[in-house]
Amino acid sequence: MLNENVALVTGASRGIGRAIALELAAQGAKVAVNYAGSEDKAEAVVQEIKESGGEAIKIQANVSNSGEVKDMVKEVVETFGKLDILVNNAGITRDNLLMRMKEEEFDDVIDTNLKGVFVCTKGVTRQMMKQKFGRIINISSIVGVSGNPGQANYVAAKAGVIGLTKSNAKELAARNITVNAVAPGYITTDMTDQLTEEQREQMLAMIPLGRLGEGEDIARVVRFLATKDADYITGQTIHVDGGMVM
Amino acid sequence: MADTFERVKQIIVDRLDADESKVTMEASFKEDLEADSLDVVELVMELEDEFDTEISDEEAEKINTVGDAVNYINSQS
Repeated sequence: MLNENVALVTGASRGIGRAIALELAAQGAKVAVNYAGSEDKAEAVVQEIKESGGEAIKIQANVSNSGEVKDMVKEVVETFGKLDILVNNAGITRDNLLMRMKEEEFDDVIDTNLKGVFVCTKGVTRQMMKQKFGRIINISSIVGVSGNPGQANYVAAKAGVIGLTKSNAKELAARNITVNAVAPGYITTDMTDQLTEEQREQMLAMIPLGRLGEGEDIARVVRFLATKDADYITGQTIHVDGGMVM
Repeated sequence: MADTFERVKQIIVDRLDADESKVTMEASFKEDLEADSLDVVELVMELEDEFDTEISDEEAEKINTVGDAVNYINSQS
């Protein structure tokens, strides 16, 4: 259970982030739902949590903008009194073959998916160090381990997140702050809905457990990493991919 | 001036579990008071709270001794 804990989930208006926000709230955490553009969807997540008897607020912020992140963290602490759990989930894709990929497509993805994790982690560290407690959970991707054609930018960012996770874990361990990553495989979300039927079938053939993942599959592992049960785990990347990459 | 030093000293003694006699204006956090880099970051955070001021990363990096901290705080008030 996560009673009395306060969580900030970035990119929580849809997809995996939404599932994580709902799961943490269902376990009793007060949740700040961060979003970049989808205010309506973020509000819907907040309402869903409130209707189930939980507490939640929505906060608009670009995760790679340190000023906006600073304000966001301040708002969470002012509203809920502290901040125990940060889930760095916000991510975008700008898929293209290497030969065609524009420099700005590369930069955009690195900015949100990798620099965003750095900025948000730095933004919460002060609060967590004071509390002498913190749980930081970064959403990487299995392609950050395996590579994936057409996603040089995304893969580079997600592999970077794994390295950042390890480095931050070592730096913050002495303050009782754990940092772990979860690497989802092929999960059904808006992002993966953009794939073609052929790509989808090829993917399925590579998943030993024979099904696509759901946001909830990821959310349950994030919840575990956020609870006391995971006190002795830090710096790890947990693959939640139906056995795709071993 | 003396007042700032006493307040800073108290925080250092509490935070670093340092011997009071070792906390002088000249004492280096890392060399004389056995603080690691993270301890210094935390100490700076506490000083910000105690003196209700904000110490930028650039300024914080220049704080190596107790005197550096005391002088910086005094220069801000």
